[in-house]
Amino acid sequence: MIGLFKVKEKQREESQSNNGRGASTVKKQSAGELRLHKDISELNLPKSCKISFPNGKNDLMNFEVTIKPDEGYYLSGNFVFSFQVSNMYPHEAPKVKCKTKVYHPNIDLEGNVCLNILREDWKPVLNINTVIYGLFHLFTEPNYEDPLNHEAAAVLRDNPKTFEYNVRRAMMGGQVGQTSFPRCM
Amino acid sequence: MADLDVPPQVPQSKTRDLDKLLLRHGNLVDPGFFPGPDLRDDIRDYVRILVVGAGGLGCELLKDLALSGFRNLDVIDMDRIEVTNLNRQFLFRLEDVGKPKAEVAAKRVMERVSGVEIVPHFSRIEDKEIEFYSDFNIIALGLDSIEARKYINGVACGFLEYNEDDTPKRETIKPMVDGGTEGFKGHARVILPGVTPCFECTIYLFPPQVKFPLCTLAETPRNAAHCIEYAHLIQWEAVHHGKTFDPDEPEHMKWVYDEAIRRAELFGIPGVTYSLTQGVVKNIIPAIASTNAIISAACALETLKIVSACSKTLVNYLTYNGGEGLYTEVTKFERDTDCLVCGPGILIELDTSVTLSKFIEMLEDHPKLLLSKASVKHGENTLYMQAPPVLEEFHRPKLSKPLYDLMGRVQKDTIHVFGTALKNNEKESCSTKVRVVFKGADGVADMDTAIGA
Repeated sequence: MIGLFKVKEKQREESQSNNGRGASTVKKQSAGELRLHKDISELNLPKSCKISFPNGKNDLMNFEVTIKPDEGYYLSGNFVFSFQVSNMYPHEAPKVKCKTKVYHPNIDLEGNVCLNILREDWKPVLNINTVIYGLFHLFTEPNYEDPLNHEAAAVLRDNPKTFEYNVRRAMMGGQVGQTSFPRCM
Repeated sequence: MADLDVPPQVPQSKTRDLDKLLLRHGNLVDPGFFPGPDLRDDIRDYVRILVVGAGGLGCELLKDLALSGFRNLDVIDMDRIEVTNLNRQFLFRLEDVGKPKAEVAAKRVMERVSGVEIVPHFSRIEDKEIEFYSDFNIIALGLDSIEARKYINGVACGFLEYNEDDTPKRETIKPMVDGGTEGFKGHARVILPGVTPCFECTIYLFPPQVKFPLCTLAETPRNAAHCIEYAHLIQWEAVHHGKTFDPDEPEHMKWVYDEAIRRAELFGIPGVTYSLTQGVVKNIIPAIASTNAIISAACALETLKIVSACSKTLVNYLTYNGGEGLYTEVTKFERDTDCLVCGPGILIELDTSVTLSKFIEMLEDHPKLLLSKASVKHGENTLYMQAPPVLEEFHRPKLSKPLYDLMGRVQKDTIHVFGTALKNNEKESCSTKVRVVFKGADGVADMDTAIGA
């Protein structure tokens, strides 16, 4: 190797005087971004889910997904989720928050979403598509067993009819208990 | 009482240990080893090493490299010295607290080793231009995060070029020696892009991070860590809307600690302490000086071996565990030939007039690819996306432009393509690196004879 270094040192001195650039276009490869691009280019979303890029269509690491459930308690509501993907993707799950205030046992009033694949069950083999399907599933099958909003969970468990009424009222912009919700349908 | 049998004391040379390795032949030397004073002097005069990080590993590395005959060192670190560093980052003293690590480390080593030149860089590794890294012969890493290693790995592998027969060009190989420690455990590895696995090739070796379900944190905390994470992840946001939590801000950490204590009392959970709070929030594992010394020594030795060929290099991953006794093992990991970062990819020669849409069609028929519905990315620029519809529409105008123009009119460069490939009669999602070389890229392109026209 040492012979190589001496030659390189001389080349460096020469090129500095010529102001030439050695490698034509030296680009840093970012594996996380490449994997994200692949996932986005393979997105296979149902009609009820739409993706948008509020940060410009060249920034794939920050985007929003709007889910409009076509069945269940949340039929016809519009729920916006923000996705933030870090450089560590796919080794770190994307950070997802719900930007729409919603009455839901698994989503709290700050927008935190309790979905296993976003935290303890995330694996690099999962992708953006699976996360979006997971979120969609939260609306078609809310569950009271892992609640972030325990009042909503209790109502769903004890009195589904009241739960249905509360959900519709919240989506129409009304008040449930002490909390008022913005209209989202 | 003269002791006639004892030979007169000869003053011992400072380089006596190094001379044993560099001035004489041995049985374990690499081919290409030429012993002699020229070798020792060339290392001193010509070799430039970059030490990334001036912390636990960095301090040891600087010392080891300076004492191993290297005279041209650079060190880069974005942090300032803290009191908790002083038990092992031995180049620093109490009066240095608050000063940049890189600058103090460089100064101290230069004071102790005559002739060594160390240039400190008080900056983030991402803030240096890529050309900065190309000046060094070897990059020695004393980092503490996966993210930083990914970054440097990407930079070093970016320099790698391949010949037409898919073998790496020797002069573009930028060797890295990477060390890492955690408590009593550590590793040292040699990364030669194109030859050994790069950092991305073996990234699957990392275990998944410990993440608690949000609902456990919210409803059924069972241990001190749950209480701390609840305060850190959920309560902080609820109370400090929008203000980002800064783990290095003592006030923020104290707030989380206070909330965690209150929650722990509510649920009757013992064990929340300030130092546990720091550990959980910042993912800190206590550092041990001896582990750092062992791993840095291995790294410095590998650096010397790569540069001089005085002995066979580590092939290619050393693990160390001093938790119960002393255990080391060397494993030879294999490269991932499909690695998107360090792999050769597929070489494709094109005429400068080939349009992006024609190129995408060619990918379908290329025997090594058979890639349909391809999306294309060039460095940080997306050239085309097949989906989702909003992006497809956005990039569609580029389809009719020549790929040569879209790539900035360079004679050759690397791009990445994603799509569905037919492998063993099954459709599979696939990402590949493509080395594009343009023929006739000297400005004399004849449009009429272009294949793609």
